[in-house]
Amino acid sequence: MLREIRPAIVLLLALTAVTGVAYPLAMTGIAGALFPAQAQGSLIEKDGKVIGSALIGQEFKDDKYFHGRPSATVAPDPNDSTKTVPAPYNAANSGGSNLGPASKALADRLKEDVDKLKAENPNAPVPVDLVTTSASGLDPDISPEAAEFQVPRVAKARNMPQDAVKQIVAANVQGRLFGLLGEPRVNVLALNLALDRAAAK
Amino acid sequence: MTMIGWLHIILYCAIIVALTKPLGWYMTRVFNGERTFLSPVLRPIEAGVYWISGVDGKREQHWLTYTVAMLLFHVGGFLIIYALMRLQAVLPFNPAGQSAVSEDLSFNTAISFVTNTNWQNYGGESTLSYLVQMVGLTHQNFLSSATGIALAVALIRGFSRASMRTVGNFWVDVTRTTLYVLLPICVVYTLFLVWQGIPQTLGPYVEATTLEGAKQTIAVGPVASQVAIKMLGTNGGGFFNANAAHPFENPTALSNFVQMLSIFAIGAALTNVFGRMVGNQRQGWAILAVMGVLFIVGVGITYWAEASGTETMHALGLVGGNMEGKEVRFGIVASSLFAVITTAASCGAVNAMHDSFTALGGMIPLINIQLGEVIIGGVGAGLYGMLLFVVLAIFVAGLMVGRTPEYIGKKIEAREVKMAMLAILVLPLMYLGWTAVAVVYPTAVASMANAGPHGFTEVLYAFTSQTGNNGSAFGGLTGNIPFYNLTGASAMFVGRFFMIIPAMAIAGSLAAKKSIPPSAGTFPTTGGLFVGLVIGVILIIGGLTFFPALALGPIVEQLAMNAGQVF
Repeated sequence: MLREIRPAIVLLLALTAVTGVAYPLAMTGIAGALFPAQAQGSLIEKDGKVIGSALIGQEFKDDKYFHGRPSATVAPDPNDSTKTVPAPYNAANSGGSNLGPASKALADRLKEDVDKLKAENPNAPVPVDLVTTSASGLDPDISPEAAEFQVPRVAKARNMPQDAVKQIVAANVQGRLFGLLGEPRVNVLALNLALDRAAAK
Repeated sequence: MTMIGWLHIILYCAIIVALTKPLGWYMTRVFNGERTFLSPVLRPIEAGVYWISGVDGKREQHWLTYTVAMLLFHVGGFLIIYALMRLQAVLPFNPAGQSAVSEDLSFNTAISFVTNTNWQNYGGESTLSYLVQMVGLTHQNFLSSATGIALAVALIRGFSRASMRTVGNFWVDVTRTTLYVLLPICVVYTLFLVWQGIPQTLGPYVEATTLEGAKQTIAVGPVASQVAIKMLGTNGGGFFNANAAHPFENPTALSNFVQMLSIFAIGAALTNVFGRMVGNQRQGWAILAVMGVLFIVGVGITYWAEASGTETMHALGLVGGNMEGKEVRFGIVASSLFAVITTAASCGAVNAMHDSFTALGGMIPLINIQLGEVIIGGVGAGLYGMLLFVVLAIFVAGLMVGRTPEYIGKKIEAREVKMAMLAILVLPLMYLGWTAVAVVYPTAVASMANAGPHGFTEVLYAFTSQTGNNGSAFGGLTGNIPFYNLTGASAMFVGRFFMIIPAMAIAGSLAAKKSIPPSAGTFPTTGGLFVGLVIGVILIIGGLTFFPALALGPIVEQLAMNAGQVF
């Protein structure tokens, strides 16, 4: 059995060098050359400054922008490092609410958000994705229904006809892949950038 | 539930079945030491690795030597991860300036990765440096899964050989699996994932100024290379805290679909390897059929439960299913399917938060792990786990007709049945035992995020997942305290090695037996009767063991929920 000790050390180190060093570094080099934009994180720049990533949701509160889903991400409390404080769309600490199906905290939060949205647009049913938090807290998308739901508010805040806003929403809907995989969705950041471009014209 | 949803599920199953045979053919060649189309490139590397480490590729090992080699290999892997985590603050590739990880969390994480569990008490982007992610975690993702495959192959050799003292060479099996199976697939897979949008960079976290003028720090890193092996090797430990729900770990519907395929691909193919090595591929298909039936039932229940939503949502007029803790791009069907796949295999990656699933929807992942993760299972681990159940089923069948049971020409005798029972009994002892301790220990109870039966389920899930070497979680539980770090580490250790060592003992004793040709009295193990019998044994043993615990958790929660109660 003693002769198994040398391979246990040397073979482990050799395979570590192959899989833990050579493989990730080689992949970083090749991926950076073939897909430079994605490898860096699909960053979006405006006027030379990074305004976010096409894949990562960000918080929108202004009435003139479409809002994303609620986010349950947190950050360390600056006053007490053992505690955390809510920090929606914190892209350095992803996570979900982890509230269970029969949770009172979840029931209360849902009711509050549904009431708020009903006051904003009483004419349409509240889409479920607009009041539920995503798994990552960084969901970049909302459903087409959730975008439609916000059209009256955005149009009013921007002094634009609702039809014009609806057209921009429709142009930003992504369907299922091959009509089968995934769900129809709208990337909120892309939609808001398209709105800003339309307004600038 | 929708027609498109079911088509999605059917397409998934069809592709897995289609991959089983070609991948099984290729892997069989690798394990038999034959030439493959990659040999011109990889053979010199393989020979070099043997040369510097003093391995004689032709020398085979007794099952005990094989097991000791495996254990020594794990000790080394443990030390590397533990040391890297404790020292990360002073080591390079740490652009985010992460500080040293605590002793108990380093201990838990090191055990977690060498046992192929990848339980996340750490929060990837907020805890670990790039160096730990690459040299610590990515490398162990390869080696722990290669180990699982090697052990399964050794057990298969136990069945396929006759009157032999050896079961193969551990060093050769691990090296060939890593170089010929895992690494080539991962190279192509990583590039696919980067194309889909997963970052692969050593640069620092990105500082962005959002459209509304707020600051957003976006964590990036060498993500794609780790995600590829995390899925293929059914490891499941995420680069990020949110795992495969994070848009940088799983950006599109296509990346999600391929990730689900990669979880099952090797495990399914190993059933074909089994069939080929014992000389009858139908033996492999019979085992895959057992797995397939249990899998489809689980998918159906979870998909139905999640699409139905919760009472709380119905009361508010919300339709479209339970979207709490799910991503829009995946929706109900891809989230439900992923949850069942990741727990059927011992992967443990998640693309939705299991803690927020409906009571019944979240119970299926729990049951999948409690059944021993034999539905495809972890790479290798699933097959040797399933073969333990097969041994029991054959034994039960033998008792019924009063004949000495035999399987693939080998007599199943007292030693094999004892070993199989040891492996199968030790798992519930761990997860039920530690759960019982946790619910009467106030510090442990304080870690629960949800009140009522759901809090109990969080604890039960945590110990089940770690014992089963799965790694998924009901994530609300604050697991990063010394109690859970240490008890969890013991559960992972026992769950891995008290399964492996009896399985290897069976391999050794089977290899030494003579092979007997099938006779008129031999129970056929390729037909529907056999498939039904194995399913029955799995469900009866599983059901008797953990039904009481489930009744205290998800079942009572579902009943309370239907009555409109909240906690």
